[in-house]
Amino acid sequence: MNIHEYQGKEVLRQFGVKVPNGYVAYTVDEAVQAAEKLGTSVTVVKAQIHAGGRGKAGGVKVAKNLEEVRTYADEILGKTLVTHQTGPEGKEVKRLLIEEGCDIKKEYYVGVVLDRATSRVVFMASEEGGTEIEEVAEATPEKIFKEVIDPVVGLLPFQARRLAFNINIPDELIGQAVQFMTALYNAFVEKDCSIAEINPLVTTGDGQVLALDAKLNFDDNALYRQKDIIELRDLEEEDEKEIEASKYDLSYVSLDGNIGCMVNGAGLAMSTMDIINHYGGDPANFLDVGGSATAEKVTEAFKIILSDPNVKGIFVNIFGGIMKCDVIADGVVEATKQVGLEIPLVVRLEGTNVEKGKQILNESGLNITSASSMADGAQKIVSLVG
Amino acid sequence: MGVYVNKDTKVIVQGITGGTAKFHTKQMLEYGTKIVGGVTPKKAGSEVEGVPVFNTVKDAVDATDATVSVIYVPAPFAADAIIEATDAGLDLVICITEHIPVLDMVKVKRYMEGKKTRLIGPNCPGVITADETKIGIMPGYIHKKGHIGVVSRSGTLTYEAVHQLTEAGYGQTSAVGIGGDPVNGTNFIDVLSAFNEDPETEAVIMIGEIGGTAEEEAAEWVKANMKKPVVGFIGGATAPPGKRMGHAGAIISGGKGTADEKIRVLESCGIKVAETPAVMGETMIKVLKENGLDEKCKTH
Repeated sequence: MNIHEYQGKEVLRQFGVKVPNGYVAYTVDEAVQAAEKLGTSVTVVKAQIHAGGRGKAGGVKVAKNLEEVRTYADEILGKTLVTHQTGPEGKEVKRLLIEEGCDIKKEYYVGVVLDRATSRVVFMASEEGGTEIEEVAEATPEKIFKEVIDPVVGLLPFQARRLAFNINIPDELIGQAVQFMTALYNAFVEKDCSIAEINPLVTTGDGQVLALDAKLNFDDNALYRQKDIIELRDLEEEDEKEIEASKYDLSYVSLDGNIGCMVNGAGLAMSTMDIINHYGGDPANFLDVGGSATAEKVTEAFKIILSDPNVKGIFVNIFGGIMKCDVIADGVVEATKQVGLEIPLVVRLEGTNVEKGKQILNESGLNITSASSMADGAQKIVSLVG
Repeated sequence: MGVYVNKDTKVIVQGITGGTAKFHTKQMLEYGTKIVGGVTPKKAGSEVEGVPVFNTVKDAVDATDATVSVIYVPAPFAADAIIEATDAGLDLVICITEHIPVLDMVKVKRYMEGKKTRLIGPNCPGVITADETKIGIMPGYIHKKGHIGVVSRSGTLTYEAVHQLTEAGYGQTSAVGIGGDPVNGTNFIDVLSAFNEDPETEAVIMIGEIGGTAEEEAAEWVKANMKKPVVGFIGGATAPPGKRMGHAGAIISGGKGTADEKIRVLESCGIKVAETPAVMGETMIKVLKENGLDEKCKTH
């Protein structure tokens, strides 16, 4: 799960990570009031969307007086920002962060991520702040320093110090940098983050170490124990169908095509998209109904697929393991009863309780094209959709 | 033969009184798996499918001499269950549970360092040695005894591969699901190396997907060490970047972990990659023929 920059900074502040003062604003008037409250000579107006690259897209402006705050807030609110992370359709700005400006001496990068290769949390730091870390990794990998963290003892002071020295933090600020990194690591672990990235981390003219930006992502599997983080979810930033799916623990991702897919298992669901593509079709979604789906969940999954106006046909591809074919069949029958079915439906069932599942579909009287294999099903749905 | 488990393996089921576990305990017993006990706290003295239930893993192991545990407990308690099984000194722990917080798994792996217990999973279908023992959730009937090893990050894709092989008349030794999470116990290289040593296994299908670099590392290992032909498949060629495709580990981030890159590395290491998931079996048969193994591997 993603949250906004201003929310991320609020979370980090609770752990003692230093961030500039700022307030969220939903209207131009609120933005001006926030700037008044801050009372600083320079104020930064920052678009709040769930995507990076906001500065380059014109979503971050530095205002020297309240009039400029008003002008910039008016300009940015309601604007659709297109960045390398939003896709071509962009994202509409509905919230602003009004933040005190600061006298930046130098920009750095720090980030905490899970390293799959070592199965450990890794702390990364670089002197090349402000640019995408992927670009730094590509162009000058020697400028990224890493410390692998033992979960028993956490990020140790010497590791934080080593990072700070490696990225050439000035001696007089090493203590502050160590404190900053330790606090960031603590926030990562306590809040079950999947990414905690500060880009840039800055040193200022008045001798501070500050997080100028904050990107926090959270492990969806741990949200059950992070109630305060769930509160920060901004549904307007998410796809409607993905929100609906998440209510039923369905794993759903919207795509651009016209063939709806309902599959069990993430690997099979991905490959079903691949094979539809291989036969010249275009998948409308990724949907893994999971292993423990009930007929009710399958019904909801079906409704979500059908709610996409682009969908011109559906391919159900099930290889039952933990998931039983009869449960899928019950769900499909129930869903079509509830919402009607006017588009082609191809069903391929295999695995646990397959005979029971096939029987339910056969006796349902529904107009279902059955497929004998994954390739057969993919070819059939592609030709039916045309 | 096969890897990790065989017909004599004694198994306990952690979380045996839950609905899913009950269903699969029955299925495993029907397959012939030696399920000798179950564990659910405060349910000692009861039975599930005639299998005695214990309060702790240690009690179950002391009473039954089990060496393998299979875990079906819910995600919030699964990390504890894996550690309890490790503490009890089991040889192998197979964790079926999905949605375990990843930082829990980081701690689990740290705890297991230097211990003799091997973890397979989590978020996996388990391990089956065809016609001997089935430990997990895979549908047993699709497997037939033979000479092909299967290792995969995806449960349902494993079934797909096995089914294709069986239909074509090529049996399997073992099928091992290593799970779709970013932090797991056993990786591709561990399983490939076990198949490399197994005298019954003549060739291996390795099924990967987008995210991480486990497939690339495995491919390099195959090139350097594998004595048997390996066929590959990578799921997620059409997955958009930055989106998690169901499995916590299946995500293309920062341009890394794409299917194209994985396929390129696999091919460059001499692994023939199936073009679609529908031809994993066919691709294997072709490779067996090229290596003169067809006759030996065609079982029925």
